[in-house]
Amino acid sequence: MATAVMTTLDPKSGAASRGMSDIAIRNLFIIPTILFLIVFNIFPLIYSLGYSFTDFRASSPAAANFVGLQNYRELLNDPFIWSNFAITAKYVIVSVVGQVVVGFGVALLLNRTIPFKGLITTLLLLPMMLSMAVVGLFWKLLYDPSFGIINHVLGLGTFEWLSNPDMALYAVAITDIWMWSPFVMLLSLAGLSAVPKHLYEAAAIDRAGTLYTFFRITLPLVAPILMIAIIFRTMEAFKTFDLAYILTSQPTTEVISIRLYKMAFQEWQTGRSCALAYIVLIMILAITNIYVKYLNKVKER
Amino acid sequence: MAHIQLKNVTKKFGNHTALRHLDLDIADGEFFVLLGETGAGKTTTLRIIAGLEKPTEGQVLIDGVDVADWGAAERDVALVLQQYSLYPRYTVRQNLEFPLKSKLRRVPDAEIAERVARVAKTLRIEHLLERKTDKLSGGEMQRVSIGRAIVRKPRVFLMDEPLSALDAKLREALRTELKNIQMNLGQTFLFVTHDQIEAMSMGDKIGVLNHGHLVQTGTPNEIYNNPKNTFVARAVGSPPMNLIDGKLVSGRAVMAPLNFELPYEGAANGNVEGRALTFGIRPEDLVVESGAPVEAKVHDVENHGVEKILTLRVGDAMLRATVPAQTHLAIEDAVRFSWNPEKVVLFDQKSGNSLKHAG
Repeated sequence: MATAVMTTLDPKSGAASRGMSDIAIRNLFIIPTILFLIVFNIFPLIYSLGYSFTDFRASSPAAANFVGLQNYRELLNDPFIWSNFAITAKYVIVSVVGQVVVGFGVALLLNRTIPFKGLITTLLLLPMMLSMAVVGLFWKLLYDPSFGIINHVLGLGTFEWLSNPDMALYAVAITDIWMWSPFVMLLSLAGLSAVPKHLYEAAAIDRAGTLYTFFRITLPLVAPILMIAIIFRTMEAFKTFDLAYILTSQPTTEVISIRLYKMAFQEWQTGRSCALAYIVLIMILAITNIYVKYLNKVKER
Repeated sequence: MAHIQLKNVTKKFGNHTALRHLDLDIADGEFFVLLGETGAGKTTTLRIIAGLEKPTEGQVLIDGVDVADWGAAERDVALVLQQYSLYPRYTVRQNLEFPLKSKLRRVPDAEIAERVARVAKTLRIEHLLERKTDKLSGGEMQRVSIGRAIVRKPRVFLMDEPLSALDAKLREALRTELKNIQMNLGQTFLFVTHDQIEAMSMGDKIGVLNHGHLVQTGTPNEIYNNPKNTFVARAVGSPPMNLIDGKLVSGRAVMAPLNFELPYEGAANGNVEGRALTFGIRPEDLVVESGAPVEAKVHDVENHGVEKILTLRVGDAMLRATVPAQTHLAIEDAVRFSWNPEKVVLFDQKSGNSLKHAG
């Protein structure tokens, strides 16, 4: 298959005159990438799978002992870990729902002829292009109880966004929504502009109301691409580390990645943290799979 | 059912004027065909009546009521577009139900089922009802979109070249079907097409549109036999009317650049002697027989089964004539022809207007 799609090398080219075959050139391009993947992705993946069955600590010179499934057993029975998962789930739901509502809403507003549409779209995309760490740092300033602009504008006095344990997670989610709604908006906009205009005209002729048209025509046609946006955002939100870590250090915002980081690099429980990483990986795979199944169903309809 | 009037409608898109001072009157229950080339403003007219487009100037009246402020939904029209516009991901049944399920005018479920069944039967799409629309052929899709139009009882049916994307066989079949549906429903139809055969075979009345001007309206017969000007003469009829420049000199038509003469004693009104004219003659009114006054060479023969269409070469001009299918003629044969003087239409050479219409 791979050779079938390849074009043959121009016999007069420099590469050919140096005696290189098509296959040699293909390898020249592909092998470095594969090597990179093996060294930095696949090898650590497999290596950490091995560690997850041991009591290895990277901080001590002691040799690793094989402990079987003990790490997994203890982790899955640890109520603290489950509370981390619960926090993560809450965070994922709030932030993904927020992003879809805001992103899709803005896309609906932009999906018409308005002046400076291109400029507005580009400006709206800016948050997405910033670094997570930068966003975290300046939202920390925005949230500041005494001089933060958010309290000033909303007239909330010295409301504690980040040090209030009940509010902190939502504050992180709001920042995430601000940053990633443009991503959902961009994909939704692509989906919306692909809906043929004559369908809306046909619906208007068929005397369908605005809501009816939205739920019967717009939404079903945009659903597949919206699903893709949701898959991406769910995966990302599940893995959130930097935003939450920079913004606040409340126990109520300790999402699973932060727990994992602490376990691995503060408590140096290397073996156990490898096991936790695998549990997270399996969960993300499972959730994504459910989405993909659903996406295929939506597409078929 | 509705009586539709357009009064002095002008539509501009930026600098481009699509319609100029259009007046149109479509009687209740009439099958009106708007005929014109691409870009003549047919679709714009339709969209203005449907309420998808607002006229720059002028009024649209449905049953005598000015509908300027009404949206498409309130005008209660049905529109069949060239590109089908079926709702994707829905079955044929769901597509047919769509206009009935709108919150605006909710129809009881039992009646929906009954109406869908009736429409499916009329259009012979009963076996397709549970199928997804993207698995249909072009002809089936167009039937469904016509079905979606007739399933409600709109006041007017608007059709924008619904048959032009179909193959010839199917087009013919649907042509008859549509005409039957219109007769059974007794509804007002406005049908837009660039195909003069569709216009001739379906219309109670035809309106010929040229660059946003309505050139002539009339029954197919009037349009065919008595075109208002040379544009209509060329636009309607296949092959089109032969147009020959010449003069009338003492009861004979003397063709000026072509240099032949034919007898003409028609009761042309006014003083037309010596005036520069264009003689229009339909191909079937050119008579090919031995002993006729003018000689020509056969340039081309098209066999259409029921008849043959000859292209005759006189000098360097081409004339079309139809002859019975059993006539045996070969290319470059010399033939003689004359015309049926009663069927000749006279046009002023300069303006192109018919002398009969000029009155």
